[in-house]
This record gives sequence, C-alpha cells and structure tokens, in this order.
Amino acid sequence: MFDIDKWQEILSTINKNRMRTFLTGFSVAWGIFMLIVLLGSGKGLQNGINQQFRQDAVNTIWFGPGTTSKTYEGLKAGREIRFTNEDYEFVRDRMRGVDKISGRYYMWQNRVISYRRDYGVFDLICVHPDFINIENAEMIQGRYINNIDIKKCRKIAVIGLPVRRALFKDSTKVIGEYIKVNNIPFMVVGVFTDKNERDMNRVYLPITTTQMISGAANTIHNLSITSTLSAEESEKFEKELRAAFAERHKFDKEDLNAMWIYNTLKEYKMFTNLFLGIQIFVSIIGAFTIIAGIVGVSNIMIIVVNERTKEIGIRKAIGATPSSIVGMILLEAVFITGIAGYIGLIAGIGVLELVSSVVPANPFFVNPEVDFKIAMISTLVLIVAGSLAGLMPSLRASRIRPVVALRDE
Amino acid sequence: MITIKNLHKSYITGSNSLHVLKGLSLQINEGEMVSIMGASGSGKSTLLNVLGILDNYDEGEYFLNGMFIKDINETKAAQLRNKTIGFVFQSFNLISFKNAMENVALPLYYQGVSRRKRNAVAMEYLERVGLKDWWSHLPSEMSGGQKQRIAIARALISKPKVILADEPTGALDSVTSMEVMDLLQEINDEGITIIIVTHEHDIALRTQRSIKLKDGIIECIIEHEPVYKTASSF
Repeated sequence: MFDIDKWQEILSTINKNRMRTFLTGFSVAWGIFMLIVLLGSGKGLQNGINQQFRQDAVNTIWFGPGTTSKTYEGLKAGREIRFTNEDYEFVRDRMRGVDKISGRYYMWQNRVISYRRDYGVFDLICVHPDFINIENAEMIQGRYINNIDIKKCRKIAVIGLPVRRALFKDSTKVIGEYIKVNNIPFMVVGVFTDKNERDMNRVYLPITTTQMISGAANTIHNLSITSTLSAEESEKFEKELRAAFAERHKFDKEDLNAMWIYNTLKEYKMFTNLFLGIQIFVSIIGAFTIIAGIVGVSNIMIIVVNERTKEIGIRKAIGATPSSIVGMILLEAVFITGIAGYIGLIAGIGVLELVSSVVPANPFFVNPEVDFKIAMISTLVLIVAGSLAGLMPSLRASRIRPVVALRDE
Repeated sequence: MITIKNLHKSYITGSNSLHVLKGLSLQINEGEMVSIMGASGSGKSTLLNVLGILDNYDEGEYFLNGMFIKDINETKAAQLRNKTIGFVFQSFNLISFKNAMENVALPLYYQGVSRRKRNAVAMEYLERVGLKDWWSHLPSEMSGGQKQRIAIARALISKPKVILADEPTGALDSVTSMEVMDLLQEINDEGITIIIVTHEHDIALRTQRSIKLKDGIIECIIEHEPVYKTASSF
C-alpha cells in the first residue's frame, strides 16, 4: 500500500490536474462542512433548550387558587378560593411524591429597597425555605431563609447578586446589614445567584413575616413543589391534587377555573418531544447531505475516469496492469476525499466556533458543538463512499481495451 | 520473431459481424524492418493491434518471440507489452500533463524502477533522440516531430524486441517524416525488429519488405532494395 513511487505518481497527477482535484475535493468538503454546521446548530438548539430548563427545576408543579365557575353543593359560581398555611401543611404532609414545597405570598411587588443613600427597585418574593430548590438558586454568601425565620417571623432578607451590587457597591460587609423595604428594616442574611438573570433581581423574604406585616394572617397566593414523580405519574398527581383541594375548598373537581396548575414536567416533556423532532429532522437532512455528497463525488469520479480514458489506454499500452490502473484511480480518490473531508471538518468546526463567539448570547442557541464521533464517522462514510464511487468507474476503466481507448476521434 | 498462422478476427457490432482478418499467415524475422500497407478497411490496424496484444483474435496462431499468444489475461498481456513491445502511434499518445522526461520514463515506472533511476535512463534516451534540452517541456509545447521522437524514446526505454509503429509519420510533414524514419532505421540497425503500418510509399520503400493487405488477406509481399534515402537528400 505505501509505495513512495506510487504516491509520487499520484501526487504529481493531482498537482498537474488542479481543477479536477479542486472540483472533486470541493464537493466532499462542502458536504462535510454542511453536515458539521447542521449537526452543530441542532446541538446548539438542544443545549439552549436544556439550559432554559436547567434554570428552574424541571420537575416543578406550581398551583394556586382561582375563581369557581361552577356551582357546587349549593355554593354559587364566581366564588374566590383562598389558600392558607394549612393547605401548605396538607400538601407537605399528606401528598405523596412531594419533595420540596414552598408557598408564596405577594406583597409590595417592585418596591424601592434602600440601604443608606442607595436604592433600587427589585422584586420582593415572600416564600418558604424550600424555594431555593424550586428556583435552583445558589448561595454565594450567608444563608437562605430557614425554618426558624418562618417560625419566628424574622425580618430577614436574602438578596440577589445585582441587588448587592446596586445597594452595597464594593463593600464586603453585607451580611448583618439592614436594608429598608417599604421603610421597614430587614437584616440581610445571604446573597444568591441564579442561572436565569431575570430571577436575580430579587429579594427573598420569609413568607410568614410578610403575612404578619400585611395582616393577612395565613393567606398563601400560590404553592410550588418539586416532585420525585415521572411525567406519567405527575399527571396522576395533578388529578389527585385537584381532587384533594376540591374537597378541602368545596369546589367541583371538574372546575378548572377554581384552581390553576402549571406542571413544568409536562412543559419539559413537550420541549423534549419538540427537540426529538428537531433531532430527527436534522438527522434526516444530515443523511441527505451525505447522500448528496456521495452522488456528487460519484459523478465527478465518473467524469474524471471518462476524461482519463485515453490516458488509461496509453498507460495500458505501455505496460500498466489493470490492477495498477484501479489502484491509481482509487488511491487518488481516497487521497482527495480524505484531505477534502478533513478540510470540510475543520472549516465546519471553525464556523461553529466563530458563530458561538460572535453571535450575541441567545437563550435558545447555546454552544453549537458537534459530537466528535459523529463528525469522524460521517467524514469516514463520505471518504469510503468517494472511494467506492471511484472504484466502479476505475474497474470499468481497467477493463477498457487499450485499442478502444487509443482510437483517434 | 513473429509468426502468425491462419489468423481470423471478427468484430461484432450490434447484430452485424464484420470479418476483418480472414486467415492471415506471416513470418517476420528478428531484426527485420517491415511495412504493412493497405487501403483503409484492409485490416492493417487490426493486425497491428493483434500483434501488439492490444486486441484478441478469434482463430489461428500467433507466436511472439517464441511464445504462443492467445487469450492471455490482461495482467500478463500488460507485462508482455511492457517488456517486449514498444508502441509508436500516429497521434503520439503522450500523456498531456507529463513532461517529456516523465513520458519517456513511464514504462519503467510499470517495471518498478525507482524514480531517480528511471528519470536518469529517460534522459539518456532523450539524448539519443536529440531532445535532451527539451526534457522539462510538456507535449503541448513541442512540434509533431519532437513529440514523435519523444514517443519513440518511450518505446525504446524498456528495450523491446519489437517496435510496432502505427502510421508514425501520418501527422508529420515530409522532412520530419524522413527524420523520424532515419531514427527508426538507426534503431533497426541495432537489431530491433520494426513493423510499420503506413499507406505512404515513401515510408514503405525504406523498409525491407512491404506486406500489402487487401480485404483481410495478404495481397502480395514486395521485397525492397536497401534504399538509403535520408532526410538530407530532400
């Protein structure tokens, strides 16, 4: 196989037929290039979707009270349902498959929060300790809300990183300082970050503290849980939840307006299905791209061999054996497709790198990258196909009788 | 050197069968220079193809250098052509993207001679045909006579027993034709058998015998006096 002389012969042939070489190589390089860009883009889309969901726990169910739209046991329609701390305790203690749970009380949304002379407008979120797991937030300083805060209705606050920057500037002394919310001082006990930027401009307060301050006693505006259930089980859980609350709050369990439920697992599943669709689509297009590449290479190889008929005839007349003809054309095809495939691979990866570094951060297109194994396999497939495409006409060429090839037109 | 007995050859084109060679018998001795003449369609090119193992024949016997040639496989035929036969064609049949030296060296490539060695040998043969200074030129940069001399050098490089020339002067003017014939004469003087297919009497006169073909059989064989009519006499 490795015969320096043979390679010199092939290299000099390639070198002296640059246009032909370029055309063959280009179709291979283009095929691989398109394939890599395509696969990379598909992957970027997938990464984007995954990251969107990684920001919040994927197995979260949010639910809250609504207004009844059906009469039930003598109660008229249009009645407002109210959730309380007992509902929180009921779900926490009685429902199966509940991992983390938090209630949420809405008060003073978008209030000015100040520290000494600095102030800013941030979201106030009044929750239970488990909320950190539901939002997938991470503490970088101090602690989150704990059960003692809840029990004692402590006036403490957990602030997001941008909040700290706005109020405390570069000061390192943050924990233990008092910030004013609606002129009520709250002590900062922790600083958090969140992968979702939107969720960082927040100040978390213990739910019981705000219930107390607003005089709402035990009202909860909504509940959120993370569950340990699968997608199928979680649908059943939704039904059970609705039935349980229908009984507790006396509404028809068929009355969808009386209570809303938002299941991210369902959403996630929908997106996973969507992505599966995209992946199948990308794979099909990828397969067709490869086929188009193969067809292109085959065409060019056939043309090349036809063009070289006379040369082959001359070579045979002066002593080339059929196998040496096949070897010559085949090696040339493998060599060109190999080099071109590699160039296409590098160019495709280069474009993906360029796109991910130049294009501004887009939540739905993250890290377009390509599976190295898939890239290598598809390059190999195209090289093998190119060689096979070269094999057929070269076998035919080797059978050409020199007398036919040398006939003057 | 070459013995053929009762050679038959037909071409099948579609449903028609064209009987081209109809029982040829011929003996050509070593060191002879022979011309094959005949009108087009008389079968002279077909005969040359059979002699050059470029084509098969249907019936009869063909001995080349004492070896019986019939239905041998392509690989064997290629090796035989490489070792024992040198070809010279009317249209030169040089490889267009190779320079003069590479064209001349090509038969040695198929003998497995190293690049350095075969290029050195090619230069010797180029010198012999008077084109040493043209070694780096492509065929497209040379005149017809030069191209034919390159082709002759290529035919000689594998030290063949026989040179088969198919209308070697067909594309050349008369002065150049005579130069090419001088060269072939010189080669013949060294003992290499030469068979020339031609329809030009001038060329045929410079060979020792002319074999005239007509309708696939030998019409007559004419012995020529040795003529020493060289290019300089024109």
